[in-house]
Amino acid sequence: MSAVAVDGVWKYYGDYPALRDVKLDAAAGACLALIGRNGAGKTTLLRILAGFSRPGRGSVRICGTAPRDTATRRRIGFLGHGISVYDELSAIENLTLFARLYGLKEPRKAATEWLERTGLDRVAGGLVREFSRGMRQRLAVARAFLHNPSVLLLDEPFTALDDRAIAVLQRLLREALAEGKTIVMSTHQLREALDLATHVALLNRGSVAFNGPRTAEMVADAGFLYARYGEG
Amino acid sequence: MMDFFRQVLVVAAKDLRAELRTKEAINGSLAFSLVILLLFSFAFDPTGDTTREISGGLLWIVFAFAGTLILNRSFARELPNDCLDALIAAPISGAALFLGKAIANFVLLLAMELVSLPIFGIFYNVRWTGQFPELLLVLLLGTWALTVLGTMTSALTVNIRLREVMLPLLTYPVLVPALMAAMQLTMTLIAGTPINSENVMWLKMLVGFDVIYTAVSLVLVETVLVG
Repeated sequence: MSAVAVDGVWKYYGDYPALRDVKLDAAAGACLALIGRNGAGKTTLLRILAGFSRPGRGSVRICGTAPRDTATRRRIGFLGHGISVYDELSAIENLTLFARLYGLKEPRKAATEWLERTGLDRVAGGLVREFSRGMRQRLAVARAFLHNPSVLLLDEPFTALDDRAIAVLQRLLREALAEGKTIVMSTHQLREALDLATHVALLNRGSVAFNGPRTAEMVADAGFLYARYGEG
Repeated sequence: MMDFFRQVLVVAAKDLRAELRTKEAINGSLAFSLVILLLFSFAFDPTGDTTREISGGLLWIVFAFAGTLILNRSFARELPNDCLDALIAAPISGAALFLGKAIANFVLLLAMELVSLPIFGIFYNVRWTGQFPELLLVLLLGTWALTVLGTMTSALTVNIRLREVMLPLLTYPVLVPALMAAMQLTMTLIAGTPINSENVMWLKMLVGFDVIYTAVSLVLVETVLVG
């Protein structure tokens, strides 16, 4: 059974088809890099996978169940464009809040552990609005990983990260892959993404132009897929 | 079921904590309420019988308008940093999210009302403590009506640009039956008449409104948030 299965998904915004008959699979333990130009449909697809919106046609399955099922949502860790943490709460309050919402047994302990893992333990009591951009991003990463999800959906995870945050995220993603977790990430940072990816899918105007295992050619030339299957 | 109520409390506590840190909504709402009460006290003669007769209506109009400032912030609070995404992604039902937010709004609205009430009594020369337990019951039921409808409208309008305008436009027309009932009962109680067989229909109407709109909101909120 695929960890992530997308079958014939269409999504319309008004009359405009943002996704056209998208078919994708990611096996458990795979890292699928979704690449494509702006407006190709990467974010739309990730939002459907995360259960934020429903497809117009087709179906999506996460570990065999619908994304909006409560049990499925426990399995998904989502890191979107926004950091999805509250400015007016402290770092520890934010993580404890989400640990409680995910029903973790020891919310405070889990929050403290993730603050340590992301190097934010010294500012645990600081309000997020006083954090630097890099610190906020690391807190967002901690929030997404906090409940030990088996499927990670990451929308442009490396964008606007400082060096330290990129290093933290790459380390966590490698650990996640080693533990057999599945990662689907959209990205423009091809070098970082291809470094981690086991599979690559190129979206072009809402359609899948390429879908297959990552090859040495892609790693050697990050623009290879665009040149061959994209719009150049 | 315990999980549901635990999640409701977590969401409510989060909203209240965030509001107590910023005091954005409660300060604005309270200031608005006091200014309107003060302005109307200049417009009407506080010793007049007519003023006392309309005081129940006036009070609820002020509560409804001032309450909008609190209700508008309810889901809009989730927009910075895309926090609403994280809440929708979390394994909690839309109903738990809605109820948690509604409880937080209810507490804030009630706080604003309980501060405004004595001021209202002083400005309008109204003895409102005569039947306080009954008045408190009306206050609780009327405030829940405003809360449940306002929180739902806040969820509906969260992603539109003119949400500050749309929330009152969508809320007030639907709220009319509950407002009418709350106004009538408040007026009656302030005048010293107890709730009896003649006016108990207003109380039933208020309870009915609360039950129906709470049930409808709990059922529909998931569709409103996810589509």
